[in-house]
Amino acid sequence: MILRFRGKKISSLVTVVPQHETRFEDELGNFNFSREKSLRLKRVMGFDRHRTVTGTTCASDLCLTGVRHLVSTGALDLDEIGALVFVTQSPDHFIPPTSNLLQGRIGLGRDVFCMDINQGCAGFVIGLIQSFMLLELGPIRTVLLLNGDTLSRRACQRDRNIYPMIGDAGSVAVISNDSAGLPITAFLQMDGSRCEALTVPAGGFRMPSDASTSIEIDVGDGNYRSKDQFYMDGPAVFSFVQTEVPPMIDAVLSAAGKSRDEIEYFLFHQPNKFMLEKLASAMHIDPARMPNNVVENYGNASSVTIPTNIALNLASSVTARTIPTCMAGFGVGLTLSALVMDLGPMTRCDLVEHQDVRQAVGVS
Amino acid sequence: MNTVLKILSEIRPEFDFSTSEDFIADGMLDSLDVVTLVSAIDKHYRISIAGTEIVPENFSSTAMIAALIHRNGGRL
Repeated sequence: MILRFRGKKISSLVTVVPQHETRFEDELGNFNFSREKSLRLKRVMGFDRHRTVTGTTCASDLCLTGVRHLVSTGALDLDEIGALVFVTQSPDHFIPPTSNLLQGRIGLGRDVFCMDINQGCAGFVIGLIQSFMLLELGPIRTVLLLNGDTLSRRACQRDRNIYPMIGDAGSVAVISNDSAGLPITAFLQMDGSRCEALTVPAGGFRMPSDASTSIEIDVGDGNYRSKDQFYMDGPAVFSFVQTEVPPMIDAVLSAAGKSRDEIEYFLFHQPNKFMLEKLASAMHIDPARMPNNVVENYGNASSVTIPTNIALNLASSVTARTIPTCMAGFGVGLTLSALVMDLGPMTRCDLVEHQDVRQAVGVS
Repeated sequence: MNTVLKILSEIRPEFDFSTSEDFIADGMLDSLDVVTLVSAIDKHYRISIAGTEIVPENFSSTAMIAALIHRNGGRL
């Protein structure tokens, strides 16, 4: 499906990463593979360092740090917010919605519309689409879009297919109307028939967690995981991305009436270095226009890789001028999302660290 | 073909790839071995194997790998 919007902008953006950093070399002993073999994989996949939370820190805590940062720097006026959208696969609880919890912790008014969206690697673009739709509703003039995940807490540390690439992070984007804003074109597709390629099998009502689902077992390829932990069918996901993403980009650019040359940056979700290099090659996009350094520096934090990419690579330029971009997310669901949109100039675009200490209630 | 065998033996030195008719079915290459293999082939032959061609059947034998390299512009 193609969706069109006009007159919307990201006013400010902050990405929050945990302070705790681990190096791939320090984790080699956890894996049931030779050191040499793992190090070969490191070079190909871009495994180097990743940031993960400690203790019981939640995605909402990371996002709250981001909100505080924007308030303290004067980039966010809480009285302007009409809606809060929280995109996560790591909610604080099943009940209540984490967006409501955040509304209370931030101290937002009771007229603020709160919404959780359960989405993963396509979730930043989906969150933007949802925010744009809310801004069409008249009374809502500013949407606080929060993206956050702490999937390291759902990944087995002995699963070399998953754990080295996982990062935890949160982001806060302030979305508002912009009378001078240019047209925005979005692409969205879902394929639930393939949703088992990325899943945490147990822990919901279909397969409640019990003693058996928490046992980490050798799954046959040298990796260990339990039913309570994150599973990815790597070949299926790789095939999905390589087959579906290039036509999606062609479709959204065509709908936007733009050529690839008119896009300054292709800001794609970053699952791992290899997958993105293959996408750039297939689409004949200069790697310099498709930044690919989030996994090696912070890890893959699901829907937060695109905001991290912007804050890590484009902060100085996106706060100074307008940048034509094409964003793309792809993953759990299976979901495909893309957006052709100008970014900037933003009031702020920062990357900050979160200290894993339980946050006090409130923003100030 | 010898170059392909050499690359394979560097990735999985514990196996004799010259004796297998199906590397995948015989459990000699897993999905991340394939990723490592593609990276090594790309570098050696100065090509970029298309992502859509990175499927298990294209890595089941030296003949299949050689055909893959050829289709992607490599000279054996």
